[in-house]
Amino acid sequence: MNCPECDASLNIPDDASVGEIISCPDCGADFEISKKEGSNVELKQAETVGEDWGE
Amino acid sequence: MSKICIVFDRLRSEEKLLRKEAEDLGHETSVLDAKITQINTDSKKSDFDFGDVVLERCISYFRGLHFTACLEFLDVPVINEFDVANNCGNKLFMSLLLKKNNIPTPKTYFSFSKDGATENVDKVGFPLVIKPVIGSWGRGVMQIKDKDTLDAVIEIRELTDGHYDRIYYLQELINRPPRDIRVISVGGRAIAAMYRKSDGGFKTNIALGAEPELCEITSEIEDLVAKASKAMGGGILGVDLMEDEKRGLLVHEVNNTVEFKGLVKVAKKNIPKEMIEFTVNSIRK
Repeated sequence: MNCPECDASLNIPDDASVGEIISCPDCGADFEISKKEGSNVELKQAETVGEDWGE
Repeated sequence: MSKICIVFDRLRSEEKLLRKEAEDLGHETSVLDAKITQINTDSKKSDFDFGDVVLERCISYFRGLHFTACLEFLDVPVINEFDVANNCGNKLFMSLLLKKNNIPTPKTYFSFSKDGATENVDKVGFPLVIKPVIGSWGRGVMQIKDKDTLDAVIEIRELTDGHYDRIYYLQELINRPPRDIRVISVGGRAIAAMYRKSDGGFKTNIALGAEPELCEITSEIEDLVAKASKAMGGGILGVDLMEDEKRGLLVHEVNNTVEFKGLVKVAKKNIPKEMIEFTVNSIRK
């Protein structure tokens, strides 16, 4: 699968789950796995860090 | 066996560890993304698959808090409860509860306008530490050493004018070693602790690069953590302690939705297992 931002190749581990974040090694953009059925993976833009994020 | 639902908005290693531990213990486990879940005033518990109990693990404090309110509306048991999340999520509420329950905590000054803050500091003097009442990972926590710094902070707050910028939370600067202690509390029991050492600055947040080191849980720590947990309403918490040179241990923060990916590697106890067992046992009471 390629990065929707820069088209670099993305490495998505087999055990990755929906909701996990994948970072592009080339452009650094973050994507969230929104759907995963076998090798069929869909990504969406990950949320940026919010002021209320944390513990 | 029970059915546990882990509510998340970003699946971190902590949520994966919790899910694995729950499955290893034989519980049916599901994960639910709060971002894509819709609830309304006519919703019923049976409209969803929340299982027997929800473990709320959102990284966004407000998302988790409001989602928890909806869960409690639906009569779904949730860890942590709304009141606990609310108490811990706001540093002012938390400090008041600590003091009210006679738990040693740094002296903290509250004011509700820039003029009030200036007047407060004029009376107390420097240095002080200013913290946003809502916030984490040490963001917005600053040492106020002089009037110029105070004026700069106030001016920035006036410009940004966020809801909480009018609430000034100023705390005495504690004389202590360059570290603090993070204790994970599960149902009031201190199950793991670490020192968080700063890299030269006064902040000791792991998120800012502080070095974790295992800390022995003394009876004093156990006692303080139990009291702090009770003051907040129980649940799964991260209790932060500072070693004041004169007064000894002070509780300066209690955290909801505690992070533990660093501590889990060195802790003697199985942190996610303790959390899952507590969550399951909470519905058996």
